[in-house]
Amino acid sequence: MKKLLTATAATALLTGAAFADGHAKEVKLGIIYGFTGPIESLTPPMADAAELAMKEVTDSGLLLDSATVSAVRADSTCIDSGAATAAAERLITSDGVDGIVGGDCSGVTGAILSNVALPNGMVMISPSATSPALSTAEDNGLFFRTAPSDARQGQVMTDVLMEQGVKEVALTYTNNDYGKGLADSFQQAFEAAGGTVTIAAAHEDGKADYSAEVGALAAAGGEKLVIAGYVDQGGSGIMRAALDSGAFDTFHFPDGMYGAKLEDDFGSEIDGSTGQLPGTDSPGAATIQAMGEANGFDGTSSFVGESYDAAALIMLAMQAANSKAPADYAAKVMDVANEPGEKIYPGELAKALQILKDGGDVDYVGATAVELIGPGESAGNYRQYEIKDGKITTVKFR
Amino acid sequence: MDFLNAIVALSNFVLVPAIAYGSQLALGALGVTLIYGILRFSNFAHGDTMAFGAMIAVLVTWWLQSMGVGLGPLPTALLALPVAILGCMALVLITDRLVYHFYREQKAKPVILVIVSMGVMFIMNGLVRFIIGPNDQRFADGERFLISARDFKEMTGLREGLAIKTTQGLTVVVAVIAVALLFWFLNKTRTGKSMRAYSDNEDLALLSGINPERVVMYTWLIVAALATTAGVLYGLDKSFKPFVYFQLLLPIFASAIVGGLGNPLGAIAGGFIIAFSEVTITYAWKKVLTYVLPDALAPSGLVQLLSTDYKFAVSFVILLIVLLYKPTGLFKGKAV
Repeated sequence: MKKLLTATAATALLTGAAFADGHAKEVKLGIIYGFTGPIESLTPPMADAAELAMKEVTDSGLLLDSATVSAVRADSTCIDSGAATAAAERLITSDGVDGIVGGDCSGVTGAILSNVALPNGMVMISPSATSPALSTAEDNGLFFRTAPSDARQGQVMTDVLMEQGVKEVALTYTNNDYGKGLADSFQQAFEAAGGTVTIAAAHEDGKADYSAEVGALAAAGGEKLVIAGYVDQGGSGIMRAALDSGAFDTFHFPDGMYGAKLEDDFGSEIDGSTGQLPGTDSPGAATIQAMGEANGFDGTSSFVGESYDAAALIMLAMQAANSKAPADYAAKVMDVANEPGEKIYPGELAKALQILKDGGDVDYVGATAVELIGPGESAGNYRQYEIKDGKITTVKFR
Repeated sequence: MDFLNAIVALSNFVLVPAIAYGSQLALGALGVTLIYGILRFSNFAHGDTMAFGAMIAVLVTWWLQSMGVGLGPLPTALLALPVAILGCMALVLITDRLVYHFYREQKAKPVILVIVSMGVMFIMNGLVRFIIGPNDQRFADGERFLISARDFKEMTGLREGLAIKTTQGLTVVVAVIAVALLFWFLNKTRTGKSMRAYSDNEDLALLSGINPERVVMYTWLIVAALATTAGVLYGLDKSFKPFVYFQLLLPIFASAIVGGLGNPLGAIAGGFIIAFSEVTITYAWKKVLTYVLPDALAPSGLVQLLSTDYKFAVSFVILLIVLLYKPTGLFKGKAV
């Protein structure tokens, strides 16, 4: 193992030397997304956004010794860990990239992290991997993400309920990875905060009858019913049966339960119910949308803002560390992403680079109001809403 | 007082929903059992036949609603029901002529017909989605509750509420009427008797001059009426979504088999057994016991026999036990 490490370190040094040391005229960033596979329709605008950030930096001529930044795309396939690992390996050994934007899906991201990024000491910032498992994965401080962990919503949900003074809830979740994961993280957070979950009952989507589930939920009781399900699936069936039998009047909805159906089908019947879903009122979201329009990609598509932010963070960290070596700038990612410092929005990368060059501090807000917490992942931004007079009303952003 | 509360809580969360769900299953299982008894195969397309009938009812209801026609406190869908039944009859007769007729002429084995009915199921499935789309559709209107939980609490001063939905009441009433009509038809009319004769012994029935094609046609007509009624009632009570009807097939078959395939009485009993087993075995008795037992004995846990995750397992365990000990079902149907 030691030999391997020395060997890799030597290789890393050599590649570094080949492209000049630390300071350089050229910075290469790998973009490893699933350009083929299940999310192939999402990845092109994501990659475009990341490249737009790089172009912005190149045009400014302010990064390091007015370095140009170029992108190297690689295919993670989203599902095939073997293919993703090989592609990432290629990025580092043959293309000699200085940082990786990606991966996209949680599974391949974990594989790239442990098989390629860790042994090679490469920094990775993923815009879209949301699995809670990545929070605890060994990363030697090299892995970050601009998307929140799924576990985060459980915490946010707990905060929302606690603020309303709700201490006792019944919980039902759709019986799949999303529902179960969310329910577990919520139950853990809620009980840690001193609340009681009277029952956690699974429900299957698309079933004929939910009386049994509602019967059990009603017997357990609680001030509110938390439905970690889908609004156009079993979630509505449970809600309808709970309302009709008078078991619960108010509910709390995680993101899967948000939809026009809440207003159309239930309306004022569920007045006083609350919920939250990912969302931000940060001006960055509108800016990236406009930038996307100007550059021919859809700025509202999923994870586009996160992708821009991931690329921007790598480059700003390089500037702050005054080096493009991953070992140097990895520690700076958290610094540029968080307070203190001047707030930086999309399109203002030149300004940020100048501030850093002059020795100042920046707080990168970006397109998605980035705030990195814990093991280097986005705190996430959530829109908290309430049903008032049958309408979904935004309470605040958190 | 506490005893009353316990009864009300139990009725609200167990008895009322289970009776309504049981009636819906019973109507569906009757259709399955008739096909099995007379045409001698398990019709997997039954769930989607229900969906098709209900879909026509939804479309006609929408049209009636747009014309401003309604039934006051009752759902408009009841007016649409006859039209829907006619539409569904047309569909099953066409299917029979195009598909099943061919296999009947060949004297195909039941197992082939079962596979054929699966093919028909997928086609009907696609047809319904093509016409109305895969999403939830709302078509219920009129008064929602016979009595709502809140009103009940105010009226009686009890702590527990009892809600009975109009659709639940309607389901039970319509189911009783439909079953009574069916039994009268099978037992008293000439056609009904010839159907039973055909079911008991095909060759003997042919010898005594019964026209098999007529029997088959009447069977399909009755099945279409039952399926549409079940589908509309279910859609009114829960919601109309094509995929859910497909899912409904499993409990319906379980009901028909538990009761004894081919036996109408068994289908009804089976429907209620499956519905009650799903709801009661997984019910958390905490609330009811807290009312009934003295404070010292009040349970702190949920007193739930099985988690609701297992509710489907429960119906199938019952199915297995019945098949092991009484292979023809509780009411002596035909052997499966």
